[in-house]
Amino acid sequence: MEKLIATDAVKRGMAQMQKGGVIMDVVNAEQARIAEAAGAVAVMALERVPSDIRAAGGVARMADPRIVEEVMNAVTIPVMAKARIGHIVEARVLEAMGVDYIDESEVLTPADEEFHLLKSSFTIPFVCGCRDLGEAARRIGEGASMLRTKGEPGTGNIVEAVRHMRKVQAQVRKLTLMNDDEIMTEAKILGAPYEILKQIKEAGKLPVVNFAAGGVATPADAALMMELGADGVFVGSGIFKSEDPEKFANAIVQATTYFTDYDLIGKLSKELGSAMKGIDISRLPQAERMQERGW
Amino acid sequence: MATIGVLGLQGAISEHVSQIEATGQTAVIVKHADQLAEIDGLVLPGGESTTMQKLMDRYDFIEPILQFAKQGKPIFGTCAGMVLLAKKVSGSDNPHLQLIDIEVCRNAFGRQRESFEAAITINGLVKEFNAIFIRAPYAENAGVEVEILATYEGKIVVAKQGNILVSAFHPELTDDTRLMQYFNAMVEQTIKTKVEV
Repeated sequence: MEKLIATDAVKRGMAQMQKGGVIMDVVNAEQARIAEAAGAVAVMALERVPSDIRAAGGVARMADPRIVEEVMNAVTIPVMAKARIGHIVEARVLEAMGVDYIDESEVLTPADEEFHLLKSSFTIPFVCGCRDLGEAARRIGEGASMLRTKGEPGTGNIVEAVRHMRKVQAQVRKLTLMNDDEIMTEAKILGAPYEILKQIKEAGKLPVVNFAAGGVATPADAALMMELGADGVFVGSGIFKSEDPEKFANAIVQATTYFTDYDLIGKLSKELGSAMKGIDISRLPQAERMQERGW
Repeated sequence: MATIGVLGLQGAISEHVSQIEATGQTAVIVKHADQLAEIDGLVLPGGESTTMQKLMDRYDFIEPILQFAKQGKPIFGTCAGMVLLAKKVSGSDNPHLQLIDIEVCRNAFGRQRESFEAAITINGLVKEFNAIFIRAPYAENAGVEVEILATYEGKIVVAKQGNILVSAFHPELTDDTRLMQYFNAMVEQTIKTKVEV
């Protein structure tokens, strides 16, 4: 009857329970309540949504613990929060506060340009962004229990999330067809831990869920990511930058559940008002691309 | 062979499908209430109970599921599914299907930080079951009609009343299919009874 906490099954299982759902960025208790009422499976508590971080410039840090606490008190669904890449203390503070998941996030300004957190040393599970299988396997190797595409946050442009989702899936498919004697070289090419690649090859899939994130701006975007094999969807700036957040949040939740029901998605997309304004990625200077943060 | 549906709105759907198939039954993902007519038993999977509750309301699942239960067809709820099936939910005046006479507390073992796994004894199973509890509920008390199949730290974590089975933890996160087999036996029993009638 021994009680084991923070095992892989407990950490990864938590993310499995979020599958098919929408995780929404919120900056206060009121938004958290709107998200919960719309059927979000979790909320991400932060100080500013990515598009505002982009606009504000400067250094983006972990949210004020007061905001995180306010959100935790406002809802009964899980609460996630972001720590800067490699910022051990921000992550420990969020852990001490008892948030349910930590996002080691490129949306914030990295605290360490060389090393990511050793996520396996925490009780709280982590989600991390990835653009390809190498990055996915490195994060799993460090102990991430959930993955998401990096996409390009705060742009309202889905193109990068699509690229990252397709890339990881294609690389997993390729891996499963390899002979065992080809895996070490693949590990070298991808810069990925050999043991993790071996596990993925044997299982035929990633050992953790992979959500879509970074640019989801409409119900159709969310459904597209599900169609491409995402396990669920993070929506950052999209909801509370839209004209009618409540309606928008409801529509995204339903489009994610019924992602192949195109009549429904058409209906849901009517009268939503305008979505957030999008940014063409090619007009975004290299230095402003959040997906380039981390490695 | 029985056909078992998994409510396909959100949560650990594919994990339950794998368990159903591993035990030799046919699995169907139920996204619309009219699919209930094709299945012999229904699983309400682990996930977020508030999300599932909202989608069940919006897509008119409540009345059809109540009818399904009334026909004597078995329903198995894990974690969120247990919350949805409970007669009472502490701190909420909005209980849902109310098909099993228990009062549950949501996230009763704590937040994610306190989530755990432990080997527990379940009545009717010979060996212990490795139970994975994630932000799990438990039942504080149960009516006289309810058969308590397992407790942990004095709290009810597996229970059965007639054709309704609930567990506070996630058998679907393990390779252990014994609870699913237990449920299959309930389903097969009702199919047999129907044929005899």
